Amino acid sequence: MIVNLCNQTMIQRLLFFCLFGYNATVGAAGMGLADAWHLLARTGFGPTWPEIREFAALSRTEGIDRLLTASRVQAVTPPPAWVAVYPPPVALRDLSPQEQQRRQQVKREQGRELRVWWLTEMRNAPTPLTEHMTLFWHNHFTSALPKVSSPVLMYRQNVLLRHHALRRFDVLLHEIAKDPAMLIYLDGAVNRKRQPNENFAREVMELFTLGEGHYREADVKDAARAFTGWSLDRETGEFCFRPAWHDGGTKTILGQTGRFDGDAVLDILLAQPETAAHVVRKLWREFISLQPDEAEVKRIAEEFRKQRYEIRAALRCLLNSPAFWASAHRGVLVKSPLDFVIGLQRQLDLKTLEQNQVVQRAAQLGQNVFAPPNVKGWPGGEAWLDSRALLLRRQIVQQWSMARRPRKPLAQNLDFAIKPWIRQFESADWREAAQRLLLPLPPLRQPAAILSPIEIVQALLLDPVYQLK
Amino acid sequence: MMMKRRTFLLTLAGAGLGLSPIRSQTAAPSPNRLLILIALKGGNDGLNTLIPYADPRYRILRPDLAIPVDQVVKLSEQEGLHPQLAPLREVWQAGELALVRGVGYPEPNLSHFRSMDIWETASASDETLTTGWLARCFAAHSPPANLIAAGVAVGNDAAGPLQGSANALTLTDIALFQQQARWLGLAPSTVPPNPALRHIVDVENRIRQAASQLKRGHRFETTFPEGPFGRALRTACEVIASRKRASVAVVHLSLPDFDTHVRQAPRQGRLLRQLAEGLVSLRAALRELGVWNEALVMTYSEFGRRPQQNANRGTDHGTASIQFVLGGSVRGGFHGAALDLTNLDGNGNPHFVLDFRSLYATVLEKWWGVESRSVLGAQFETVKLI
Repeated sequence: MIVNLCNQTMIQRLLFFCLFGYNATVGAAGMGLADAWHLLARTGFGPTWPEIREFAALSRTEGIDRLLTASRVQAVTPPPAWVAVYPPPVALRDLSPQEQQRRQQVKREQGRELRVWWLTEMRNAPTPLTEHMTLFWHNHFTSALPKVSSPVLMYRQNVLLRHHALRRFDVLLHEIAKDPAMLIYLDGAVNRKRQPNENFAREVMELFTLGEGHYREADVKDAARAFTGWSLDRETGEFCFRPAWHDGGTKTILGQTGRFDGDAVLDILLAQPETAAHVVRKLWREFISLQPDEAEVKRIAEEFRKQRYEIRAALRCLLNSPAFWASAHRGVLVKSPLDFVIGLQRQLDLKTLEQNQVVQRAAQLGQNVFAPPNVKGWPGGEAWLDSRALLLRRQIVQQWSMARRPRKPLAQNLDFAIKPWIRQFESADWREAAQRLLLPLPPLRQPAAILSPIEIVQALLLDPVYQLK
Repeated sequence: MMMKRRTFLLTLAGAGLGLSPIRSQTAAPSPNRLLILIALKGGNDGLNTLIPYADPRYRILRPDLAIPVDQVVKLSEQEGLHPQLAPLREVWQAGELALVRGVGYPEPNLSHFRSMDIWETASASDETLTTGWLARCFAAHSPPANLIAAGVAVGNDAAGPLQGSANALTLTDIALFQQQARWLGLAPSTVPPNPALRHIVDVENRIRQAASQLKRGHRFETTFPEGPFGRALRTACEVIASRKRASVAVVHLSLPDFDTHVRQAPRQGRLLRQLAEGLVSLRAALRELGVWNEALVMTYSEFGRRPQQNANRGTDHGTASIQFVLGGSVRGGFHGAALDLTNLDGNGNPHFVLDFRSLYATVLEKWWGVESRSVLGAQFETVKLI
């Protein structure tokens, strides 16, 4: 709406801001292009020019409010039809080799369709923060298709993560602990009184809530007993409680003793201040920098607890903090493979690029959704960029930024329509605007003025600074 | 954590088959010792790789899949190689092939992904580490300064054991790699004090430097096998041929497709043929380059396969298995101990006899002469194969 109201003068004024360099320019007209880029790149997947312009006209607080209040809780992309029906597992040994192979193939194809669905949503989501946070929780409460082995259950978990992505962390924790994909991934489904399995009990403390060093082995052992009996129904694939498998005895968790069940253990974990601090630290690394400021973490974590684990409240605090906007923290995070591929697709407006290819490229770059490498998730940061990944990212840029040549259909059906792309800037100096759209900091190698438009865009995309957000 | 085992180092002297391995050469310790790792991805069936052909249990468990006795390449009165591994016989006879049996770990995980993770990060079964064991080794014991890269992975995949090392390169083909390096353009003259940006510029610089030092098109007398594995071995040998200009400590390759749940025999046979011919060509090429005595070749795989065949003439995920170690300085023969097929776990899988981290400790301590505890998290006994 703001965009529509913008008249030519307004746009010229906004463009004028960018001439002041890369330091944030806050004025009555709004946060300006650099701040808008920063806010949108950190909370979405590669902002587009219209989005940046829209947010540039808002103040920082208005922009943050808009991101947090507008967030949807459902995907706009229709999921594949098969997600509606849960097929109960079949013992493979009862099937013929041909049937086994057929089923494996169906499952592989469903995994592919599921990834295409999510990455399509990342590309099209009207509120990218929802997908950004859904991915954040996927990397926090990890589960992986290779082990869970049910695309339907992985879909349901994804819906759950999106539903709670910006709501209550405590509710999400209770729900995810009973989520069937999680029950399979961390062996809760086989955790019984006679044979407790500690996998979930350990990770819920180490990774999901307290963090390492804030619990003991004895706590893990007793928590595992409390979670016994949480299982899933074979026929429906839904959570069920099996009283016969549950250990109703006395447990001691973090110094408290009682006949706790799983929910009681989760409440004990949520009552510890370490839990909020642990989650806030992780959010800090996602949104601000790789070195959380402990005093700020403490302040935001206290607010997070006071607001009954409202994720929006923590994000509001984090995004409004001076650290988020500090110039020292601009362009210091490495783009994840998804930031990179979805961002490239969005920023170049590659309409004909097939999402299947985007999925494949993200996987080759090390981020295959629904299959994080292990329970700790993707390590992120500089680990995203070794020599292999860096060269591969360059190859992808070169391939996707090829312009359509007349009478020469491209094999991959790609077209970067450079002319309308340049026209979107509505400015004589489109180069300056393009740089503003693509890079968080000035490029290390300024493209020579004599280059053709497409070469200029490619030079910006191949600059090391393009890998940062 | 240490293994319980019956006997180690059962060299084959006097086995009665006239195949006793003889140590041909003794290498002087060298600071430039090379490790070549080959990942057999998917879980190679160890029981049909080194076959306990004299064990009656073997034939009971494998009514269709057992290799007929007359086809086994017999190395002792108990054990012999799969017929497609016959090319390795000459390496065995030269005393340069160590067959390390029963390699696994406690509380085995049967998922490909997780178990490979355990092998490549050298973690315990219930522990998650995010860096590869070689990456930790290079972080703790910096490799010589003239190295173009501590590790080079040949192929398209990220190399697990090198995961997290700033000093690793991946390439499929030297010419292509050099082309990509040229496309990087010139190094920027100044870089702002931004750690992420510095990291990227460092990676770019390492690529440029390696590309200028790698020499392509070395003419080998050796013929490499056809196919992707043969091509990867050629690239690996070309990288190693560039060592005079700048050295490499580790080369990593993979041979995928070992997940033989259905109709195992033809597929595993084809893969083992590729492996054997590949290893023989690797040995020939490294001898040609005069570095065979400074090379240690080691295979690894996420797990072996279940002794009891399944209903589809295939095998399901197993546990402990056999790994190959080769090299001019290797003490050939049998190491570890044969699996006990009478004592299987709840899934019907054998118990391991030798922890895989003992192989890593051997590489670290005996091959490179560095301590292993800080890399492996505990002290593992070494294997006397060097």
